Amino acid sequence: MSSDSSAARPPAREPFRLPLHWLGAAPFAIFVLLFLIMPTMRIVIGAFQTPEGSFTLENIRGLFTTSILSAYWISIKISIASALLGCLIGFAVAAAAVLGGLPKWIRGPLLTFSGVASNFAGVPLAFAFLATLGPVGLLTVFLKTQVGIDLRALGFNILSFWGLTVTYLFFQIPLMILIITPALDGLKREWREAAQILGATNAQYWRMVAFPILLPSFLGTLALLFANAFGAVATAIALTGSSLNIVPILLFAQIRGDVLGNPHLGYALAFGMIVVTGIANTIYIWLRARSERWLK
Amino acid sequence: MKKFWAWGALIFGLLYFILPLVGMTNFSLKMRRGVYSLDAYAVVLGDPRFQETFTYSILMALATIVFGVLLVVPTAYWVRLKLPGLRPYIEFVTLLPLVIPAIVIVFGYIRLYNTSSWLPLTGTTTGTNILLMFGYATLALPYMYRSVDTGLRSIDIATLTEAAQSLGAGWTTILAKIILPNVLVAVLSGAFLTFAIVIGEFTMAALLNRPAFGPYMQLLGANRAYEPAALAVMSFALTWGCLGLIQLVSRFQKGAQSPA
Repeated sequence: MSSDSSAARPPAREPFRLPLHWLGAAPFAIFVLLFLIMPTMRIVIGAFQTPEGSFTLENIRGLFTTSILSAYWISIKISIASALLGCLIGFAVAAAAVLGGLPKWIRGPLLTFSGVASNFAGVPLAFAFLATLGPVGLLTVFLKTQVGIDLRALGFNILSFWGLTVTYLFFQIPLMILIITPALDGLKREWREAAQILGATNAQYWRMVAFPILLPSFLGTLALLFANAFGAVATAIALTGSSLNIVPILLFAQIRGDVLGNPHLGYALAFGMIVVTGIANTIYIWLRARSERWLK
Repeated sequence: MKKFWAWGALIFGLLYFILPLVGMTNFSLKMRRGVYSLDAYAVVLGDPRFQETFTYSILMALATIVFGVLLVVPTAYWVRLKLPGLRPYIEFVTLLPLVIPAIVIVFGYIRLYNTSSWLPLTGTTTGTNILLMFGYATLALPYMYRSVDTGLRSIDIATLTEAAQSLGAGWTTILAKIILPNVLVAVLSGAFLTFAIVIGEFTMAALLNRPAFGPYMQLLGANRAYEPAALAVMSFALTWGCLGLIQLVSRFQKGAQSPA
């Protein structure tokens, strides 16, 4: 590691330069403080303040009303559904490419494509799904006229819980593929061979060796995908306008025009979002550290 | 049997990704009744609002990239060289924008830098533009920092710095003529990703009321039928182009390094 060697022998030996070393990190520190830490702290502190500036828990208590709780609940449900399905489908596709005996050349394009698709979120993604699964979308019309399945009659609506979940999956599945492929590569052939020599069946190998090793990566990615879906604003707004009551849309409307009628309730709403994504990301970081033990 | 399931999973995955792309492309071509035409593209490209917002977003992306490089390259270099103990903390901070949703960060900006605050950035157009650029730089920070830091790991910056200093180079010369060219590929990867993020960004631009491409797309989506699909096709091509360029430059680097 070059960082070790650079620590061992500093290139310029000028004693009174020592305090100036820290100045090199100052521009970055100031930028991060002004445009990342302080704005976030402002929201967190505001969540515990009255309009006059004294401490209160009233804003947090204000979150526990039916409409706000239901917004959080729908948001969490969509995030869980899209994270869980994203993990399962992404795992299946990655496992097919890595372990399924498919031609080797499939991997490269699959990973490149996943890189593009996981970044193709936001407003255009909503348009793509409206054009495909919307009322006059390609797939809707095809299923109705050629196959005889009327999605609308079956209760499917793109501007709904399932519509949003299906749309989010477009960036969730590729993200899972990108993260889980290295973990699947980390499953060493020796482990399977060792298990087989000891008389394990294929199912036993998966249940007792591969599954426990992959579990931290799997759960960690689940947490990451959850946070990813929970914070998505643009896709939701472009897809549903304001017809679906989820937290990011509610917060967006609150910042624009104080729809809750109390600015500090907006802070509390944002604080709640930080708490949820914070917990999910902590789980992700903790589990990733655990899973990396096996991937050397 | 195993192969059958593997192909099945792969084909399902591919269909999931290809169908929406086919759907939007197909829809974008159907503006004229009964025949395929490029009318929707012509309408979009001819719309002065499109030209304005698209130019604005490109300029913002370029400004963000320049600012991000000027901020990240010296910092990452300096931390690796002189303050290695600080690296875990900086790495943690650079990951924060992935944890804190963009909508929360911009909410903080609006409260912190409004007209009655100590730094009234939102009071003027220029100020708001600068604030939005800082916001974009924050969003791009995780990608930019990680990319540059990985690039720095592969070169021996301590020796390079000593060599340059013994030849009489100052810090600016070292950074501009020694370090930057050596991590150029990493910087370019970060830059293209930044470009892809900024060009379609919606939340920050909408809440700061700037005429960017993201809010324009959303507005068009709420009012028109075929033009949004055309925009989606163009956006996808743009994202694809940016990420394709990253692949290209990193392959170029591998090619350049292998004979050495």
